[in-house]
Amino acid sequence: MIKAILIFNNHGKPRLIRFYQYFAEDMQQQIIRETFHLVSKRDDNVCNFLEGGSLIGGSDYKLIYRHYATLYFVFCVDSSESELGILDLIQVFVETLDKCFENVCELDLIFHVDKVHYILQEVVMGGMVLETNMNEIVAQVELQNRMEKSEGGLSAAPARAVSAVKNMNLPEIPRNINIGDINIKVPSLSPF
Amino acid sequence: MALKIVKGSIDRMFDKNLQDLVRGIRNHKEDEAKYISTCIDEIKQELKQDNIAVKANAVCKLTYLQMLGYDVSWAAFNIVEVMSSSKFTYKRIGYLAASQCFHEGTDVIMLTTNQIRKDLSSPNQYDTGVALTGLSCFVTPDLARDLANDIMTLMSHTKPYIRKKAVLIMYKVFLKYPESLRPAFPRLKEKLEDPDPGVQSAAVNVICELARRNPKNYLSLAPLFFKLMTSSTNNWVLIKIIKLFGALTPLEPRLGKKLIEPLTNLIHSTSAMSLLYECVNTVIAVLISLSSGMPNHSASIQLCVQKLRILIEDSDQNLKYLGLLAMSKILKTHPKSVQSHKDLILQCLDDKDESIRLRALDLLYGMVSKKNLMEIVKKLMLHVDKAEGTTYRDELLTKIIDICSQSNYQYITNFEWYISILVELTRLEGTRHGHIIASQMLDVSIRVKAIRSFAVAQMATLLDNGHLLTGNTQRNGICEVLYAAAWICGEFSEHLDDPMQTLEAMLRPKVATLPGHIQAVYVQNAAKLFATVLRGQEGATDSQTAQETTQLLIDRLPLFVQSANLEVQERASCILQLVKYVQKLQQKEVEVLEEVTALFAGELNPVAPKAQKKVPVPEGLNLDAWINEPPPSESDSEDEKPKAVFMEEEPRHSRHKEVDEKELARRREVRKQEQANNPFYIKASPSSQKVYQEAPGVEHIPVVQIDLSVPLKVPGMPMSDQYVKLEEERRQKERAEKKKKEKKKKREKRSRGRKADSGPESEEDITPAHMVDIVTEEMPENALPSDDDEKDPNDPHKALDIDLDKPLTDSEKLPVRTHRPPDVLKSPGEEGERAPQEPKKKSSKKEKEKKKDKERKKSKEEKKKKKHRQEKEEEPGETLPEKPVQSAENNEVAAPPATTPAEASDLDFWLSSAPVPPSNQEAPKAEPAPAAEPDSAPEAGPASEPDGPKEAEPEDAKSSKHKKKKQKKEKEEKEKKKRKKHHHHHHHHGDGGGDESVQNGTVGEEEEEEEPLPPMSNYCLLAENDYIKMLCDIQGNLQDGSQVVVSVIFENKSSSFLKSMEFNVLDSLNSKLQRPEGAGPHDGLAVPFQLPPGVSNEARYVFSVQSIVMPQKLKGTLTFIIKSEESSTHEKLDFKLHFTCTSYLITTPCYSDAYAKLLESEDMKGSAVRLEGVSMPFHHLLARVCFHHHFSVVERIDSCASMYSRSIQGHHVCLLVKAADQTVLIDAKCDESSLLGNVLDEIKQTFSQC
Repeated sequence: MIKAILIFNNHGKPRLIRFYQYFAEDMQQQIIRETFHLVSKRDDNVCNFLEGGSLIGGSDYKLIYRHYATLYFVFCVDSSESELGILDLIQVFVETLDKCFENVCELDLIFHVDKVHYILQEVVMGGMVLETNMNEIVAQVELQNRMEKSEGGLSAAPARAVSAVKNMNLPEIPRNINIGDINIKVPSLSPF
Repeated sequence: MALKIVKGSIDRMFDKNLQDLVRGIRNHKEDEAKYISTCIDEIKQELKQDNIAVKANAVCKLTYLQMLGYDVSWAAFNIVEVMSSSKFTYKRIGYLAASQCFHEGTDVIMLTTNQIRKDLSSPNQYDTGVALTGLSCFVTPDLARDLANDIMTLMSHTKPYIRKKAVLIMYKVFLKYPESLRPAFPRLKEKLEDPDPGVQSAAVNVICELARRNPKNYLSLAPLFFKLMTSSTNNWVLIKIIKLFGALTPLEPRLGKKLIEPLTNLIHSTSAMSLLYECVNTVIAVLISLSSGMPNHSASIQLCVQKLRILIEDSDQNLKYLGLLAMSKILKTHPKSVQSHKDLILQCLDDKDESIRLRALDLLYGMVSKKNLMEIVKKLMLHVDKAEGTTYRDELLTKIIDICSQSNYQYITNFEWYISILVELTRLEGTRHGHIIASQMLDVSIRVKAIRSFAVAQMATLLDNGHLLTGNTQRNGICEVLYAAAWICGEFSEHLDDPMQTLEAMLRPKVATLPGHIQAVYVQNAAKLFATVLRGQEGATDSQTAQETTQLLIDRLPLFVQSANLEVQERASCILQLVKYVQKLQQKEVEVLEEVTALFAGELNPVAPKAQKKVPVPEGLNLDAWINEPPPSESDSEDEKPKAVFMEEEPRHSRHKEVDEKELARRREVRKQEQANNPFYIKASPSSQKVYQEAPGVEHIPVVQIDLSVPLKVPGMPMSDQYVKLEEERRQKERAEKKKKEKKKKREKRSRGRKADSGPESEEDITPAHMVDIVTEEMPENALPSDDDEKDPNDPHKALDIDLDKPLTDSEKLPVRTHRPPDVLKSPGEEGERAPQEPKKKSSKKEKEKKKDKERKKSKEEKKKKKHRQEKEEEPGETLPEKPVQSAENNEVAAPPATTPAEASDLDFWLSSAPVPPSNQEAPKAEPAPAAEPDSAPEAGPASEPDGPKEAEPEDAKSSKHKKKKQKKEKEEKEKKKRKKHHHHHHHHGDGGGDESVQNGTVGEEEEEEEPLPPMSNYCLLAENDYIKMLCDIQGNLQDGSQVVVSVIFENKSSSFLKSMEFNVLDSLNSKLQRPEGAGPHDGLAVPFQLPPGVSNEARYVFSVQSIVMPQKLKGTLTFIIKSEESSTHEKLDFKLHFTCTSYLITTPCYSDAYAKLLESEDMKGSAVRLEGVSMPFHHLLARVCFHHHFSVVERIDSCASMYSRSIQGHHVCLLVKAADQTVLIDAKCDESSLLGNVLDEIKQTFSQC
């Protein structure tokens, strides 16, 4: 089981949090802080597994994380999950984001956290891995987006226009989480 | 109206949406909180509007704020409103918000039930999907109960997208509503073979989660998973299954034997590291579960260790970490093979990565021996000094202590060294493990008598320097060791050189800054020291010093009397008064010594931590019985329970009584004598206090004089390092001495026999520096032997410990909201409900034991049965009169165990076919082994052929059971062999799937009254030649009405390797082999495995069929290459696949009322068949029809039963079976008459063969 999925940036600012077990809001924030503290002090060339984390977990739990450019993707899982499998899953998730957002960067996650949630929902459900095939995930997400668009119809058009105008003066921040760059040498599971 | 909508949407353009909110927050970095609070106010306004779009927008923003840590539960109702929007866009926003902030305490959740139900049944798959996803996050017990049935229906949805979500969410439903597990399980099991890989993977996922917590309930699925493992190519699924097997093997060692080979193959062949790693892990688990040696056992271990070494040496830190992790599992059972990689592990201890260092530390635990303990600990102490960060240092500290104290201080040869290490550790700053050090000090000084004087001296020094340790007064800080020090000095004060000085140290004013519980110990032990001081001055001419001591106490104690801590205060004032009284007496020159010492006389013995729990309930005391009569409202069943408990207890106590008191006393005496004479004896028997004190011999053990070059009492703090050198010298000396003394060797030998667990031989030579008497912790007499660590009662998985093999009862159906006529298709497995429902939670220890007992009994019985079977066949006449007695006994035995006998034997059978030399199988366990491997039967005809004798057997066995109690082993074996010959055709291949549960369901009722059924198998011979044999089973595919699945077992009969097997069938117009895309219609399918000599494996092929009303035959060919050492030849084998009409039928349970309706319907055409000369019992006959022809029993009254089955294309087939005097009349109805005719013919044929 996956107990929680946290995405935060290099400064510990949460970009997406998804707990599969109930924690009150302040507790959630504490967990994010603690996890950030644990993860951020580690070099990039050490292993991606971490024990400890007193707030979430316990002996059976592990933090499995990956660091992409400015973002940390942290999965808190128990012993029923394969460690290398989860690492691959993170990779699949990030690659899916990359496909859906076309060169994903932190800004996409900041402004479209809802969409990121919808994508995540196609990968993990209720703490269990739902789908690992990227094409399948992308297809389902796109079908749902298309449905949303068709529902919006005419009445949504003006709102979209306004939103587009508003978005024009977004600060320019280098758009790339750079998935290709960081060579994470994890043998990938063949069927992915 | 239209205008209003347009106006609304224009308004909306200028509302803040999520992006605006995020942008706003980023622009207000300085006053973020203020900005957000104005935003929340806006959101509150928006939520008040009628426009659902505005509301959805507001809720979307709230979801974002929730991530930032704001509590948004106040908007729960609005979230529900948005969830119930008819538009997918808004619904999705609503469900997302709900999944982020709803939890069991959210009260509006109960409003959502109907909405969710509506969404679940929505025609739009994404509405359903979104609802499922949301529900998976906030499902409550109420929701689970109300929606379980709806979700279960979705598990058979046409869209795989919905099916996989529905399957996954069932796990959450089970957790919240455990009652749903049993009714939903058959369908879940079905999904393991879903055609969609995603659904299959989800089902595997759920069952693995379930099985991880309660593995024993899922043991019967092992064959099915095994099949999946050998056929699946999805690594995710494989990993899960392999992990699951890792959890199952400890329960069933035979499973492990079966697994080793395919796993080893995977290890060799896979390129995916994740899969390789899990395989290694499971192989390790298997090897752990196999205690006794298998011939190629060590090869597997070597393979694992070797692969792990590759991982550890890899530059990838992840692999290194995992390698170490897995290594630690091997360590527990095969320390030797890990120890050879000590260099590597010590190297990892210096790794820059803390995770890796921690893992390496774990491994060190098993690397130590008497020889290298000191060296390793020395190395660790260096690390302690270097370590940055308290967490890692604390980890080191606990590891050092763990390593040293493991298995009862087995590796410590010099306890003075150990005490010094402990004392050195007290110099660690900021540690939070003071209490661990303290408890070690206490433990060692209490249990190792010889060390006490040394320990006391060290502790006195510690107390003297107490001020150094008081810097950190936090709870569990290092000052905890003072607690131990004070107690040791007080309790063993007779070893103190200068008790006066220690007493003084303990009463310093500074002590008052220590935590209360430590002060309390100080005060109490000051009193003990006082007694010692007085004793020391006994006989002294002037009582001056004694009076000074008294005065000292009187001066200092008032400080503690003022303490804020109640305990300290109470003890201090008590002792103060006592001392004052002593002073008075002293002044009168009255001798007080004896009275004072009497206060602290006697020795305190260590008590085992669980001793209290293990005090047995005395005979006659019934803790569960009511003291007063229960209030009348209680149900009657309550009364019965305690009775059972009481009856359970009795036999155990009587066993203790057997040995009478005199005998006991005599034995005790003998033992004591023995112990006294043996200096190496480590007391292991739970000695009562009395016995302990009566053993004076302990004190008089001849202690070897140690010639120490350094004085034992080290001034100031001790240095552990010097002991390392000392120890070296000592050992050398000893070695030299030993060579001279041959005599001594003899004694050594004796001691070796006694200390069975004292490590490898070479280490035996190292004798401990002191004759160490490690006192065992006390246990109450008659302590219960069971050692179950109780599980966390709050663990939600405890409730899921449910027996899944029992047939379902009516009361277990999932609640259905609206009444509808029971649908034939939607009532899986709700059959055979006459079996009494048992209490589901088998948590109590007693019950477990009971079960164990029963099982033991059962296996015994089965053994006996086996013995007698042969004889019985010769004299069947005798069986009848004895029958009633026997069946009663059988009832008692067969009713409650976890798996019904049929199931058990099913699994047993599957397991017994493991490709393992039979010599390795434990005789009693391999009960059905005589049935032999399914594949090894030479010339197996149609599986049902030789059923006659088999039928008779169990019956015979029953009656004969108590006839002869003693039988020679040889005979047993002989008979086993004979039986083997007789029955090798009866493969009951437990291929899991549907038939297992169904057979169970259909036979369940009989089991209560009659004996278990003989094993059966549907696998029949397809073809064979000198090299290979093929057995096949044909089953309809439930999911797809036009598919049939053929499972083929290939068995290599030759002594060479078979490879490149290709399976091909000549398609007919009606039936076609499903080939992968791109393959031509005449291409063969490669068999996905190779066969080493003597090995068998199974592959499955899917055929599509159009018409199912007629049986058909398909011609096929298997081509393969035989590869021997010198050559390889091409061979082929032709076969004919026979699709009977039966194979198109699928066991489908049916309710009797639905069945009645079916019979009335006009489309049904009737037919009948009469079978003559059928001599088997009726329930066997039914079981046979159920098993071979995929029917289920709808109702049975005496020797008349109605049965039902359904074809893959939905034809209903109803049978009415009546039996009288060897004649069986079958009336049948079906909506397709030619199908019916063929099925009846086939049934007839089945029975004509017996």
